[in-house]
Amino acid sequence: MFGIAMRGGVHPETKKDLTAERSIIRQLPLPKRLYLPLSQHAGIESRAQVQVGDRVLKGQLVARSGGPLSANLHAPTSGTVVAIEPIIAPHPSGLPAVAIVIESDGEDQWMTLPTLDDPLALSPDELADKVEAAGIVGMGGAIFPAAVKLRQGRRFEIKTLIINGSECEPYLTCDDRLMQERAEAIIDGARMIRHIIEAFEVIIAIEDNKPDATAALKKAAAPFGMIEVRNVPTQYPMGSAKQLIQAVTGKEVPAGGRSNDIGVLVHNVGTVYAIHEALRFGRPLISRIVTVSGGCVQSPHNVEALIGTPVRDIIQACGGLNATPARLLMGGPMMGQIIPSIDSPVIKGCTGVLALTRQEVNEHVPSPCIRCSRCVDACPMGLVPLEMAKHAKVDDFDNAQQYGLRDCILCGSCAYVCPSHIPLVQFFEYAKGELKERRNSEHKQEYTKRLTEQRNERIEREKAAKLAAKKAKKKKPSRQSEAAASEPAATAQEESAES
Amino acid sequence: MNAIRESVHRAAPYAHDRSSVDRIMLQVCLALTPATLFGFYLFGLPAILTFVSICLAAIATEAICLLLQGQSISRLRDASALLTGWLLAMSMPPWCPWWLCLGAGFFAIAIGKHLYGGIGQNVFNPAMLARVALLISFPVQMTTWVQVTPLGSEQAPGLLQSLAIFFEQQSIPDGYTGATLLGAAKAAANGGSAISELVADNYSLTQSFLGNTLGSLGETSELLILLGGLWLLRRRIISWHIPVAMLGSTLLLSGLFYMVSHAQYLSPWYHLTSGGVMLGAFFIATDYVTSPSSTAGKLIFGAGCGLVMYVIRAWGGFPEAVGFAVLFMNALTPLIDRVVKPRAYGRDQRGNPIKNVSARKAS
Repeated sequence: MFGIAMRGGVHPETKKDLTAERSIIRQLPLPKRLYLPLSQHAGIESRAQVQVGDRVLKGQLVARSGGPLSANLHAPTSGTVVAIEPIIAPHPSGLPAVAIVIESDGEDQWMTLPTLDDPLALSPDELADKVEAAGIVGMGGAIFPAAVKLRQGRRFEIKTLIINGSECEPYLTCDDRLMQERAEAIIDGARMIRHIIEAFEVIIAIEDNKPDATAALKKAAAPFGMIEVRNVPTQYPMGSAKQLIQAVTGKEVPAGGRSNDIGVLVHNVGTVYAIHEALRFGRPLISRIVTVSGGCVQSPHNVEALIGTPVRDIIQACGGLNATPARLLMGGPMMGQIIPSIDSPVIKGCTGVLALTRQEVNEHVPSPCIRCSRCVDACPMGLVPLEMAKHAKVDDFDNAQQYGLRDCILCGSCAYVCPSHIPLVQFFEYAKGELKERRNSEHKQEYTKRLTEQRNERIEREKAAKLAAKKAKKKKPSRQSEAAASEPAATAQEESAES
Repeated sequence: MNAIRESVHRAAPYAHDRSSVDRIMLQVCLALTPATLFGFYLFGLPAILTFVSICLAAIATEAICLLLQGQSISRLRDASALLTGWLLAMSMPPWCPWWLCLGAGFFAIAIGKHLYGGIGQNVFNPAMLARVALLISFPVQMTTWVQVTPLGSEQAPGLLQSLAIFFEQQSIPDGYTGATLLGAAKAAANGGSAISELVADNYSLTQSFLGNTLGSLGETSELLILLGGLWLLRRRIISWHIPVAMLGSTLLLSGLFYMVSHAQYLSPWYHLTSGGVMLGAFFIATDYVTSPSSTAGKLIFGAGCGLVMYVIRAWGGFPEAVGFAVLFMNALTPLIDRVVKPRAYGRDQRGNPIKNVSARKAS
């Protein structure tokens, strides 16, 4: 792969010009109610720490991480907890999910923030704890807890810390604007992460269609050594960690491995900014930049929205809708998800809210595959999507795995170029889901089998013991001694205790 | 309601490059147009009758097959039947009788395509399957090569005469037919005479390349087909792998044997400018459905087409062999696809994770 940044990939129309030149709207009207789903991260739900009727201050912890891949949740503004109940979550299933509902009091009053020492003087472990406390997750949409990634990184010899500012999804410019407007903060955050994981070098990778962001970061990085700002080709899915690592270092992450294994760690610029806010000012993650765009939005902009703000409110801040969208999405058009309701809230992983016209989506009824193999050429992972789909369609998951399902990153490049409009990603999501289910049930079966075996063994043991006891009883009269009499009794007692 | 539910759950991406099957097929047809029009010019009205009737037969058969399978007739819009008929017509003798045309169109679509399950499911290239089946069944009609009788020239048959020939009310006049270069070469080789002398006496390389020779309806002008093929390459409808591998292996093999014996073997330049090799390399072997999907697979497939074609041309029973070669390699395509897969990211060629020295700290 000499000189080739990435295998395959596609060049969708970027549509970034809709918002790229416009400053982030900072002062959104304070929403009346904020909805905080307890699951905004990779792991299990976090546990509510407040009760209905409690008054909370801005930045106060309202839900605590529920497990290793879970994350804390904080009140985005001051007000009262009015409900902890299921709402329609921003997930395509449209299924309800439990959320803490806060009615704002309009004062937006911060809790007392701690006075902080220079974070770079603290130990890496202390800093990782603080990142965890701030509830920071991957802001590029991966929603993997940042602290977990940092701690994993500490166990490896990290040569290169890559700050991902490639932002390859069409329409999205939230990272672009963030880099342009808050370059110093990102450089500061990058230095802190470098300190935590003790990385040798930092490379900030930006697609070459963002010259302004590149210039801003170069300027901000100039005073510090070992921070390089580098352009990578504009090509989807450059923002995918695996592809970015390949483009920046020329190395591939081994299948089934992590970037750590080859001494690389990738963090999104949004995450880096959030880490800067947390470590420098003690502010937990309570807001984020969201790109509000698409043909149906009156005045597309980036907005800085409190987590929990209803999507309706941020669209309103951008002039509202000028037509009924064919698709309302969270995230970019390539990997984003349908939002079931316009009243769903902004969550931590929400990079964008897109209201797309029918013409932009260009959806058609699928027709049969003609094996044109454009999907093979487009696949950045070197897979054979047409064969994967063919086998997944008839539930032949083993063959689908063999043709690449196991390595598929669901980037959608294949479906984007398919002239037959086959919903390839849908097949792959389905097959991956089925495989997961199958693995789970296999585990369950194995567990049941083990339990049954253990039980049988125990029964055998008991039988043997009983038999031995009987023999002992029979033998007793023939032999003498009362001392032996106590022994079988003891065995019998043990048995009853066991069963 | 059901449709809405379904569309609500459709997964990403919600963007598309706006390509479509019908646009691809029509662009291939467009690329064939210059060579086709030249064929019309060379062989006149009977050739147009042949072309139109084969295409119509293919489309009509497609419509009937779709109806029989209870599928929407709007599927016709994907233009795949038109393209199959078109390619078939280009590879047929220019003056075919009506029944041969109808039979060819029917065979290609009904047996070559729909018996296997319709578009995308066929193992063999439908046009080549029909051509080869007819060649074996009707060797005389399928090797009747008329002389060049350009439209407007004195020998060119008029409308009534053309119709009469087409409906076999009148046989093709004596002296109107001849042997193709490849046919003559094969006859010479079988007769034990020197190929080089015969070719030098009767055929011109330039004319062979430009197409002013007798041969199949649309195959004579290698130049126009090459131009159409290059345009398809530029439009990224086809990739270079199959054409380059096929023409390359043909050139290599014919060059090698030509060096061995000038008398026994035909020069590589004649091989590359005669018969259906150019049409085969750019338009037939590149058929999506019946060729491998990986780049390495395409190279193997193309080289195999060239090899089989040359072997039959040089030592087989038929003077021309593009159809046989393509069909032979079509049969191997599923195997090639299974064995030759692209290397996946993070894996070696055999599918095992790449090895690396883990950066894990010793602790």
